[in-house]
Amino acid sequence: MDTKLETIVKTAQAKFGATYEEFRGEVHIFVGSEKIVEALTLLRDNHQFELLSALTAVDYWPQNSPRFHVIYQLSSLANNVTVQIRVPVDGDQPKVPTTTSVYDVSNWREREVADMFGIEFEGHPDPRRILMPEDWKGHPLRKDYPLGYEEPQFTFNFDEIDVRKPYVKE
Amino acid sequence: MAQLEEVDVGPYRHLVSERAISGETMLLNMGPQHPSTHGVLRLLLELDGETVVNAIPDIGYLHTGVEKNMEAKTYLKAEVMTDRLDYMNTTGNNLAYCMAVEKLVDLDVPPRAQAIRVILTELQRIASHLVWLGAFGLDLAAMSVFLYCFREREIILDILEMCSGQRMMTTYIRPGGIWRDVPVEFEAAVRNFLKIFPKRVDEYEALMTKNPIMMDRLVGIGKLDAATALSHGVTGPMLRASGVNWDLRKARPYMGYEQYNFNVPTRTEGDTFARYIVHIEEFRESMKIIEQALNKLPMGPVHSDNRKFVPPPRSEIGVSMESLIHHFKLWTEGFPAPKASIYSAVESPRGELGVFLEGDGGPKPYRVHMRTPSFDNLSVTNKITQGHLVADLVAILASIDIVLGDIDR
Repeated sequence: MDTKLETIVKTAQAKFGATYEEFRGEVHIFVGSEKIVEALTLLRDNHQFELLSALTAVDYWPQNSPRFHVIYQLSSLANNVTVQIRVPVDGDQPKVPTTTSVYDVSNWREREVADMFGIEFEGHPDPRRILMPEDWKGHPLRKDYPLGYEEPQFTFNFDEIDVRKPYVKE
Repeated sequence: MAQLEEVDVGPYRHLVSERAISGETMLLNMGPQHPSTHGVLRLLLELDGETVVNAIPDIGYLHTGVEKNMEAKTYLKAEVMTDRLDYMNTTGNNLAYCMAVEKLVDLDVPPRAQAIRVILTELQRIASHLVWLGAFGLDLAAMSVFLYCFREREIILDILEMCSGQRMMTTYIRPGGIWRDVPVEFEAAVRNFLKIFPKRVDEYEALMTKNPIMMDRLVGIGKLDAATALSHGVTGPMLRASGVNWDLRKARPYMGYEQYNFNVPTRTEGDTFARYIVHIEEFRESMKIIEQALNKLPMGPVHSDNRKFVPPPRSEIGVSMESLIHHFKLWTEGFPAPKASIYSAVESPRGELGVFLEGDGGPKPYRVHMRTPSFDNLSVTNKITQGHLVADLVAILASIDIVLGDIDR
């Protein structure tokens, strides 16, 4: 492991009780959801992680505790290292504090994760859906959300298929 | 048929100023069907006369669920989805995805394949910048630049067609190498392009760079400082125009970029004109890389010999039983990848194109996330357009170089 990454891991272990994993030279640090804002602020201010490259999540359904991992991929331009922070979240009413106060990019990326996984980001300034329509039900990237398809309508069977479309039921 | 409904300000109340609620400023929809929104982007504008008070992007009109679809396909078959994301940079997307798969399963790429990958992605970068420059000119009412840019882009698309049989959705770069070796005419065609293109770049510059109308429209418009850019996750030419020297090809070289000699153009102004200059300079740098890669294009195989991951060539299938089995297994079941996750990023024409890939031990990706640069670059729109005129908003939007397929995924 890189010496710079080693100091970061040691700091995280001492301050946030974090654990870590390593795979192909990449370091994943596991932090509790209550510590995430503090951890990102520390990494940005003391370890020059200026860029939040990616913010996403993974769903481990049917496992419920933790069901999700929220992933923060950080890049440091000054030191040229990257590190991944993972926050395990339980499946019942998943909640993570918002990190919009640390990085502005969190605003849109957290909206995307909330939209796709149904994870609530507490204190988010603009908690609307971002990619799916406002009135959409469900969260598409969850593993219990089926990969469905829409039946194509042709002239000869338009009405027959139309009665099965979701908007008829409303 | 759905009924047309009047847009209610309710859901946007926290985004617009108090004056919009009292009716002092006007709320106006721009897009999603508007020529200068580059696809299907909708902007909710709050206007005070002709001055922009707030510009709130509303995206998702082109959302196709690529990430969800990729979870249902094998690693080899999921690759075709990546072309359809950023349709201006198809080989670059393939490269990003293939590098992620190669890193996950620990697969080597032979040097010839690496060099061809570099040449093709750099050609694609030029093609992407050409579309950018053309559309940028068009938005600023410089119609002729658009026509010239598309003329040159056609040469590049012809080269891609020569290699892969497809002009845009090539899927030519595959995990472990490339689909098949380039044809014999490839080198002459690329050299011909390298001969023509420098003069053409000078022509664009003669049309635009010192044009007083362009200067009036661009200089000092849409200023973005480095700190805001980084906090908003802005990368690529837009970040380099704000004075941050950050290019993944230099910072974390991949595919042998460390052996090529090239500069990373940066500007410190951070305005629309700086973004234009950075794009123009990148034409020249990309040409340098292509020329060097072509000059030392090594001979040898173009894909890895590891038959557990790379399908065998057609010629072997008829004579070797093992090859037939490998072919069958790879295209039906696919290859398994370890239960682990990796993040790998490349420099696309728009910025850091990252792929987060997680395997579960099976032949299909458990989770793929594409970190697309346009998404983060667009998120800064509201900050840099405030206080400018609507006509300047069009120029700023054009300079961000958004591709809606890249944003909505």
